[in-house]
Amino acid sequence: MFTGIASYLVFFACVVLILGIITLGLNLQWGFTGLFNAGIVGFYAIGAYTHAILTAAPQPQYLGNFGLPWGVGVLAAMAVTALAAWLIGLVTIRLRGDYLAIATFGIAVSIQLVTLNWEPLTGGSQGLSRIPKPLAGVFDSPLAFNLWFLCLLGALTAVIYAALERILRSPWGRVLRAIREDETAAVALGKSARRFRLEAFVLGSTLMGLAGALYVSFIGFVSPFDFLPIVTFQVWAMLIVGGSGNNRGALLGALVVWAIWAASGVVVSKLVPPSHAAQGAAIQVILIGLVLVLVLLYRPRGLIGEKAVVSRHAGD
Amino acid sequence: MIAQALADGLLTGAIIALGAIGVSFTLQIMRFANFAHSELLTWGAYIALVFVSFAGPGTPTGPLSFGWQLLAAAAAAAVLTGLLAWLVDRLVFRRLRRQCAHPLTMVFAAFGAALVMRHVVVLFWGHESYFYTRELQMALELLPGVRVLPDQIFILLLAIAIVAALHAFLTYSRTGMAMRAMAESPALAQTCGIEVDAVIRWTWILSGALAALAGVFAGLTPQIHPEIGFNLLLALFAAAILGGTGSLIGAVVGGLLVGMAENLALLWINPGYKQAMPFLLLLLILLVRPQGLFGGKK
Repeated sequence: MFTGIASYLVFFACVVLILGIITLGLNLQWGFTGLFNAGIVGFYAIGAYTHAILTAAPQPQYLGNFGLPWGVGVLAAMAVTALAAWLIGLVTIRLRGDYLAIATFGIAVSIQLVTLNWEPLTGGSQGLSRIPKPLAGVFDSPLAFNLWFLCLLGALTAVIYAALERILRSPWGRVLRAIREDETAAVALGKSARRFRLEAFVLGSTLMGLAGALYVSFIGFVSPFDFLPIVTFQVWAMLIVGGSGNNRGALLGALVVWAIWAASGVVVSKLVPPSHAAQGAAIQVILIGLVLVLVLLYRPRGLIGEKAVVSRHAGD
Repeated sequence: MIAQALADGLLTGAIIALGAIGVSFTLQIMRFANFAHSELLTWGAYIALVFVSFAGPGTPTGPLSFGWQLLAAAAAAAVLTGLLAWLVDRLVFRRLRRQCAHPLTMVFAAFGAALVMRHVVVLFWGHESYFYTRELQMALELLPGVRVLPDQIFILLLAIAIVAALHAFLTYSRTGMAMRAMAESPALAQTCGIEVDAVIRWTWILSGALAALAGVFAGLTPQIHPEIGFNLLLALFAAAILGGTGSLIGAVVGGLLVGMAENLALLWINPGYKQAMPFLLLLLILLVRPQGLFGGKK
């Protein structure tokens, strides 16, 4: 019983950290730069599939499955996602807010269709399995592996958080916020809004790709049905509930929203008979939708919103 | 082959056009991309299903697979879905407007509203597919090699009639003129004494009603499922933006073009990629002519 709960909590924490990394990436794009990326799940999928194709154990029927080491897969996933985000950004970054949302939403739908239809590479609806887990030989029980992976994720999240905080206080980060607040003024000061936006878009998307690679090497399996548009909406809910413009808010939001999702899943599975599993799953999604709308109506800044800083030198 | 694809495209295009009119109005009058609009199509289709399951689809009339009962159900669904759209505005969007929320906050709220609306449908009906009628009908050969179902022709003609009526409403009625004024410039419209709240209410009711009709027609060809609206979302946006937002004729022409492009593309590409077609078209429009075919320069 106790190990059951412990291993569930470890698994839960791992998923929260992976989603937290995506939310940090979105916070860089929306919270700090004002870029409305509604195609989060597309970049997450690119990272996941790049990693899976490079590292999965070779199988004759697939083009990929190169059986490369874990680290190569993770780095390549980030590189490929960055390249894709750069190409997509070149075309779409100049669109006004909600048009950018529509375009990126469409890109994510298209990427999911590619994962579903390009069977020789992605395994189609079957997905790809036998993706090696890092150091699975050393940590051979599921609980030991999950604990080790949790430590790895914790360390990675800490590094990403510290790096983001550092660069957001740098001149580069200040320009991002300047563009978000008043593009004309920033441009008048000689900053290329387009270049800074593109950089923030690529960097944020790269974090989403990293999260994708981490997810598949945690689960050991990848399938197109992990990359439906609902993931994008969940991550948005996380950022808005936690408080956009605040990296700690992004992480807190990932925890709170995933806790609501998981807890409602447990309650639903106890109360709803298995014959009505579809209805049970619908209740979970309805809750996420309600939380999103209620937070927007009653606490628009989220749980911990952005700190209003006029100037470090003002006040006192 | 090409003629058949164009004919099929025209018929799906008519459905897309009815849905896109509402998207176009919200983009222009409320100034946000309503990601929840597709769920109004779904709700319309299911509300009509409730009526049909009580009254039946009616005895097939002439070559059609349904009788007047289905049309009555569609009309009732249009009214109720119009009211539902207005209710969602009262509960969510109007409150955000009163708080002077960022326009993109409206889009987040639309994400949330869409999730709730779509999954309430799943809660009641599950993921199974439903049919209004199980009558089989024979395809007519209109031209050599071009076959269409009588239902499809009926839908196309009805859609044309609805658009003509809407055009008359927008051109001659006071409310219609007020709506066009709001679309042109909300600030100026307000200064001229136009009652903004009333215009917004009518915009939602009309958008919802048209979406419901699109949903019912989509459900007739051939089945109803909870993703019936959501799967059309990109096509609706593509049509609205292609036509130029705020223009009725634009949304209709945009819808027909998107429908035909989608079906033409199927001649050459893997049908698995069908859903990506409206998006590619949309990207092309945004790059080449972001104001759309009928939109003026801003």
